[in-house]
Order: sequence, then structure tokens, then C-alpha cells
Amino acid sequence: MQKYIFKRVITALITLLVITFLLFWLVRIMPGNPFPSERMTDEAIAAKRAEMGLDDPILTQFVRYMKKVLKGDFGKGTSLFNGAPIHTVLNKAIANSFKIGGIAILLGTFVGLVLGIIAALNRDRFWDVFCSVFSILGVCVPSYVFLIFLQYTFAYKTTLLPYFFDSSQFLKSSIIPSLSLSLFTMSTIARFTRNEMIEVMDSDYVLLAEAKGMYGYKLITRHVLRNALIPIVTVLAPLIVDLLTGALVVEKIYGIQGIGKLMVDAISGEGIDYNYVLALGILYSSLYIGIMLVVDLLYGVLDPRIRISAKGGDQ
Amino acid sequence: MEEKDKILDIKDLDVSFRTSAGTVHALRGVNIDLYRGETVAIVGESGSGKSVSMKAAMGLLASNAVVNGGQILFRYKNEAGEIEEADILKKDKKWIRRNINGRHMAMVFQDPMTSLDPTMQIGKQITEGIIAHLGVSKKEAEERAKALLEEVGITDAEKRMRNYPHQLSGGMRQRVVIAIALSCDPDLLICDEPTTALDVTIQTMILNLILKVQKERGISVIYITHDLGVVAKVADYVNVMYAGKIVEVGNVNEVFYEPAHPYTWGLLSAMPDLETEDSRLYTIPGSPPNLLHEPKGDAFAARNEYALAIDEKEHPPMFKITETHSAATWLLDPRAPKVEMPEELKRRIERMRKEAE
Amino acid sequence: MTDQDFVLLKDRNIETDTNYASMPYWRGVFKRFFAKKRSVVGLVIVAAILVLALLGPVLSGYTYREITSVVDEETGKEVVARGISPRIPWLHKLLGKEDYTDRFADKTFLFGTDDLGRDLWTRTWYGARVSLLIAFVTIIIDVIIGMTFGLTSGYFGGAVDGTMQRFVEVANSVPRLVIVSVLAIFMPKGIGLVIVALLLTEWIGMSKIARAEMLKIKELEYIFASRTLGAGNFGIIFNDVLPNTVGPIITQVMFSIPTAIFTEAFLSFVGVGIMLPQCSVGSLIEDGFNNITTLPYQIVPPIIVLALLMLGFNFIGDGLREALAPKLEDM
Repeated sequence: MQKYIFKRVITALITLLVITFLLFWLVRIMPGNPFPSERMTDEAIAAKRAEMGLDDPILTQFVRYMKKVLKGDFGKGTSLFNGAPIHTVLNKAIANSFKIGGIAILLGTFVGLVLGIIAALNRDRFWDVFCSVFSILGVCVPSYVFLIFLQYTFAYKTTLLPYFFDSSQFLKSSIIPSLSLSLFTMSTIARFTRNEMIEVMDSDYVLLAEAKGMYGYKLITRHVLRNALIPIVTVLAPLIVDLLTGALVVEKIYGIQGIGKLMVDAISGEGIDYNYVLALGILYSSLYIGIMLVVDLLYGVLDPRIRISAKGGDQ
Repeated sequence: MEEKDKILDIKDLDVSFRTSAGTVHALRGVNIDLYRGETVAIVGESGSGKSVSMKAAMGLLASNAVVNGGQILFRYKNEAGEIEEADILKKDKKWIRRNINGRHMAMVFQDPMTSLDPTMQIGKQITEGIIAHLGVSKKEAEERAKALLEEVGITDAEKRMRNYPHQLSGGMRQRVVIAIALSCDPDLLICDEPTTALDVTIQTMILNLILKVQKERGISVIYITHDLGVVAKVADYVNVMYAGKIVEVGNVNEVFYEPAHPYTWGLLSAMPDLETEDSRLYTIPGSPPNLLHEPKGDAFAARNEYALAIDEKEHPPMFKITETHSAATWLLDPRAPKVEMPEELKRRIERMRKEAE
Repeated sequence: MTDQDFVLLKDRNIETDTNYASMPYWRGVFKRFFAKKRSVVGLVIVAAILVLALLGPVLSGYTYREITSVVDEETGKEVVARGISPRIPWLHKLLGKEDYTDRFADKTFLFGTDDLGRDLWTRTWYGARVSLLIAFVTIIIDVIIGMTFGLTSGYFGGAVDGTMQRFVEVANSVPRLVIVSVLAIFMPKGIGLVIVALLLTEWIGMSKIARAEMLKIKELEYIFASRTLGAGNFGIIFNDVLPNTVGPIITQVMFSIPTAIFTEAFLSFVGVGIMLPQCSVGSLIEDGFNNITTLPYQIVPPIIVLALLMLGFNFIGDGLREALAPKLEDM
């Protein structure tokens, strides 16, 4: 098992390194300069480039950059925030996005699981139909549409909730974005849970458990839930990444200074801020790979079939 | 002859399933008797309703099943050692699970690869039922499970208890399933094609194992199978099922040596046999009727080489041949022309007789 | 019951009955597909939107960029049909309501007009057309790339497969957003960016399906047979394996199209997708959002079209998946 974990971690790290290098290289081969240069003379630009080591071989530059990044220093923005250090801006943005996204994940997973389980246990009856209509809606309508709807009804037509995000009243102003973000997770999890549970409930081993005399609560918790929930971990992973990294549009519309909004600002403004794109690219990729890794390992712990074979084959 | 104790009495069981394609009338009045300590085999092609009737007896019918009528009387020894009778169809699921399933009536399923919970240790899967039914301590249940594993021929039982199903071979898993079935000392064991999914060599071992425990524990067994070889080896009585009805019933000798129903003739002719002169293996023409559209008259008529005109109008009743042997075919009606089984089958039966002697 | 009944039936075909008679594979798939209400609903929705996307802009008599206006006879000034809510004059009359009194009383605007005076009905269906076109084009290219990659990888196996799968792993580990943002550096914003972004991400799923199918089929006997008969590598891929991948690939396409539409909508909303005066479902939603306080009806049609497209394609995909791999009904 340890060997398996070690192998997986190493693979993930290498993948991340490859991606980071690619990102770095792509950003560096761009024409233009990674600093505001509109009002600088050619000599000044050349001097600045030399000072920043931009004429060094790409590998040297990459190593230099990574050393800084590992210390948490992503350099400065070229056009956003008047060149303030990226990491200070980023820290705040991460905090905002993770809080809102975290609530959305917890809410979405919990409600989704409950809905899915209820639907599966009441197959083809009211709750099942409700769950399927709900999950169709959640998957077919983008989260920002829900956001617009909630914002229009609860913050514009009535003023129950703030119209824009306001960190001074965090709880109140996180209701609208968290709720609209959680709907997709909720419906995905609900649908998946329902289908998984029904498949398990129709399986031979549940039939055998019933033939053994198991029923009701014991049957569901011991035989059905365990087998049905393990695969859910895998669908949860990409959902978590999506939510933690902030749904771009939701953050943009609701004025949340999160990483999603930062990304939108970095790419959709007049001048593109390469340094932010690079920093955010690294952040997104590491989160994505990191969470996938955790899920993979978690899956191994939960499912004995994988656990054993990873141990070095007992079969 | 001493009074025999009837353990299971299925009367006129009529079950249909609601499917998206329509209502499938799977069982159309099934009668099966089983006496304590004896073995009954239910034989038929897939889709004939043999599994459905046993699932009904276990209270395990799928949720889209509708019971249109009939009785399933089960007589078992309760905790005090007295005989108690219950009509399974009248009891609710919870009662059946608590009092019957695994406790007095246990089942072994067809595919051992899928019938064990992949995420639960073998030991726990056995003790679970013991604890639920017998109310013993966990430790006691574990002792019992270990003894059971040894009884079904699993070596290194202590270690196997902590294994997961995927770590065992198919034959081993079927042994575990049998151990689970035996764990609470049931009165009746239902084996649903227990060897079909296994290799031939392992098939014999599993059959012998079931025979052994049956002899040692004196339990009654129902075999569901399409393999007449298995039937000949294990059964006392045979029920031949076709399209949701029993078409011939009798003891093994009667059904094998003096079959009366043309369908049974077909089944026996279709059995692989080393000495058959015709090198081509006989097959019954056509396929079983789709019970979505219920056949008029005798369901087998369409495939029957000996069909009578009346077969297309009316379903034949059970004609009694001997005390134990009867068959549902109009050929047994006194008005019917005398029809003999095919010559080839006669020779084949003659050979079987000789072999058996 | 007479004695007449007790005669053997002679000279009659022993029926090999038709219940289980084999049905050609694709006919079975079609039958199962159309037996499901959902798939039919999905098909109807998608077909309806396709027809409207093609004909809608033509029928209205406006073009997507045309600003409706009339010239005021007294002042000689141009008056633009800004922000007119949905109106159908004849229906209005039929319902016995008072006639419209403004200058556009005789004009029909099914979905109203936007803040610039453009007909929203026309723009909605024009936008749907653009979105669908983007989705179809990218998915077709993705199928070609993905299948080629997956089939090659699966067919050759060994080191080739190993290398190619490492590549997929790395490609799969780059979040879509990162790809988009890097693209935004290199490319001008607009339809091109959306298409390339979709091309770079959607092929992976296709290649996985193609590879899995290849691995499965490779071991089957008839492939072995055609190889012994001297079929070349590519002959095998094209004649024997490709037809078998059609089903799962079509299913994947049905799920990829909504993903593509969704992504396009999202990119356009963020401002790196469709550029004015072009429009797509996504950019229309953005327009609607920008005017939500003044013209709240403007956002409704594109949202409904988007949701219906998602719904339709998902239903078709679900139906196809079930039709291709039927589960035996529980008995």
C-alpha cells in the first residue's frame, strides 16, 4: 500500500511539474513583456529585461521562478492591481473562493446524498420522480442562471439579501452564490447516488443478504450504502475542484473577489496579465491534480478490491 | 408407509410481472410438494419460471411482481422444536426476513462471483446472519462460522474469515455461500443452479458437498436446474416445468425411465450422451413462448411433434399415471391416439437403465 | 370437446416461433430507443430547436443585427424600437385588448426587442444556430481526433499505448480553464478561441471510448480470424473495429454537444467568446443579464433555449446508452 501511495504521489508531482513548465514556457514565448512597458523606451525595456533575467535560457528562468513559487512568491501583476504582489491578492481570493465553494460543496453533497438515497428507496414513486426532475434541472441550467434568478428575486425585487458580495456580512452575502453553485453538485450527486443504489439493490449480493434474512436499515447501511457510496467519491472530485476554484461567472456576477473573478479579469480585460494567468494556472492545476490524487488514494482505502491488489497482489 | 411430513406445499401459485413491455404471466398455477428430508428438482428451460417460483417461496420476488393467487405453505420446526406452518404469501417481507429467510429456508444462488458482498469480509458475511437469527455473541458466531467453513471444505478457515470475496476462487466462493446458507441450520435449502457457473470438476465437488451436508443434517433440498445429469445424481422427485406450469412430476425413475410428456421426451433426448447413434445432438424445435402473450391451449403445442387438435384449444389437466407420477398432456386422455416416445429415446432410456444397475 | 379434437396434428410446421427470433442489431437499438418516452421527447426538442434555429431568423423578417426604427414624420428624427416587450398585434386584438399606441403598433416582436432595438426572436434563434454550429463542428473534429488517437493507442498496445496514455494523463490533468486562459493569450477572442478550447479538451473522452472498445474487440475471435486471413493493421481497424465503436461514440457525442454548448455559453458570458454584433446563446444571456433591471424579459428566451438544448441532448444520450446496452428486465 505504501509503495502504491508513493508511486501515485510521484506520478502526480511529475505531471504537475510538466504542466507548470509548459505553462511557464507558453507564457514566456509570448511577444511583449511581463511588465507594464507601454511608456518605456527601448533601452529601459532592455535594461528591465536583463534585470529580470528574461534573456536567460528558459530552464534557468523556470528554476528561478519555481524557487520563488515554492516560497509562495508569484511575482507581480503586469496590469492588474497596479502591480501589487500576486500572492497577497491571491491569498484573499483563495480565502473567498474556498469559503463560498466549501459551503456549496457541503450543501450540495449532503442534500444530494439525502435526495438520492430517498429517491432510490422510493423507486418510481413521488420522491424518485421529484429527484429526477430536480437533477435534470440542475444539470441543464448553468449555475449563473440560478444566481441571476436568485439575485433578481431576493436582492433586486425584494431586498432580503445583499445584491453584491460583501465580506463584512459574509454569511448573508454567501447564501445566494453558495446556493446557486451547489445546485449542480446537488443534482449530480443525487442522480449518481440514486442510480448507484438501485444498481446495488438489484445486485446478486443484496439478494443473498436478503435471503440471509437481512432487511430494512441493516440491509441498507451494511450492504447497499457502502457499495453504492464508494464510486461517488470519484464523481465528487471534479465537482470539488470546480467549486473550490470558484465558478468564474458566479464570482463575476456577484462581485466576489475570488480566484474565478481574478481569472476573468486576467484574461478578459484590455491587456492580458500573463503573470496572473501563470500563477492561477499553477494554482488550478495543483488543486486539480492534488484533489484527484486524494480521491484516488481514498478510493483505494474504501474499496477492498483495490486496497488488496495495490498491496502487491494477493490473488 | 409412515406418514410423511410435508415441509413445503406450493398450491396454484400464479405470479405475473409488470414490465415496460407489458404484463408477463410468469407462473400460471404451479403446484410443488416437498417432504421433509427429500430432494426435489425443478427442471426446465430458462424463462420457464423455475427461479421465480422459488424466489416467491423465499419472499424475494422483485417489486414489479404481482401474486395473483395461490398458497405457499411452509412447515418448519420452531425454536421449541414444534412444527409451525406459515403461508409465505400472506406474511409481510419483514416477518419473512426475520423468521424464515436464512433461519428456516436458505438459498444458494447461481453465480458465486456476484453473490457475495465485495466490500465485506467473508467471516462477517457468515456471522451476520447467525447473530441476527440466533442472537449469539459475536465471538460465538465467529466460532460457528469457522466451523462452518471447515465443514464446507475450506482450509485455513481462520485466515479466510478475514478475506474479501475477490480473493477466493469461484468454487471457494460457492462453498462460502453454502456455509452462509447452512449457518442457522435451515429446514429447507434451495439451490438455484448452484453449479452452472462453475468448472465441470468443481461442479461435482460442490454437488457432493451439498449431498453430504444434506445427509448429515437431514435437511430438505430443492434444486433448480436445467441439467438432467444433476437431477439424476441428486433428486428423489422431479418437477418438469414449462411456460409457468408444471407439466410432469414424478420420482426420478418414473420421469427418467417412463416419461409421459412430449416435452420431457424432448429434454431427455437433448441430453448429451456418448453413445447416441445420431451424431447430431437433438434439440427441441423452437423456443419457449413469450409469456407476454399468453398461449391459448397447451403452451407446448407449437413445438410439439405429437400435438393434438385439442392442444390448440384447451390446456390439458394433470393426468395421474401412478400415485406419484402425473403429466399434463392430452396424449394421456383415453380418447387420444396411442403415441409412443421416439425409438431413439427408448434405446437411450434402455442404456440408462443398464448403466444404473 | 369431441373425439375430433383427439387427432394428431399432421403436416404442420413445427414452429420455430417468432418471439425470440433474432432482430438485426440496429433495428433492436432503434426499437428500444423509441420505446422510451424520454428519448422521443429529447429528439423532438432537439429537432424543434434545429428547425427554429434554421428558419426562425428567416420567418421574422428581421436580421440578427438589424435595428428596427421609423422616421418621425414631424420632427424627421429616427425613432428606434428600443426595449419593446414581446408583442403580437393580431393576437392582442383577438384578445380584445386596446391597440398599441406607439409607433411600432403594427410590428410583431415575439420575444420583444433588446436595448438597441434588435428583434430578440431573430437574435435568439440566430444565437442558437451559432451555438449549435460551434458544437457540431468541434465535436465532429473531436470525434476524428479522439477516435484516431484511441484506436491507434489501443491497437498497438505495449510501449506505444503506454506513451500515448501518459500523454492523455497529462492532457487530462490540465483544467479546462487553464487551457482557455493560455489560449486567450495566444488567440484573438471570438469564435475561434471557443472552438480551439473545445477541441483541446473534448477529444479525450472520445479517445478513451475508442481505446477501450479496441482493447475489448482486439481479443475477439473474428479479429483473430481476419488477421490470419491476412488483413493488415489498418484494414482491421477500419473494417472490423470501427463499426463496433459507432454506438458508444454516438452516445458520447450526445453528451459532448451539451458540454460544448455550455462551455461556449460560459466563455461568451465571461467575454472571451462570441464578439458583437455576432451572438450566441451565451452572449445573449450576458446581454440579458446586463439589462436585467430594465428589460427583465430579455434574458428569458436564451436561457430557455439553452436549458432545452441541454435537456434534449441529455435525454437522447441517455436513451441511446440504454438502447445500446439493454438491461434484462428483472423477473
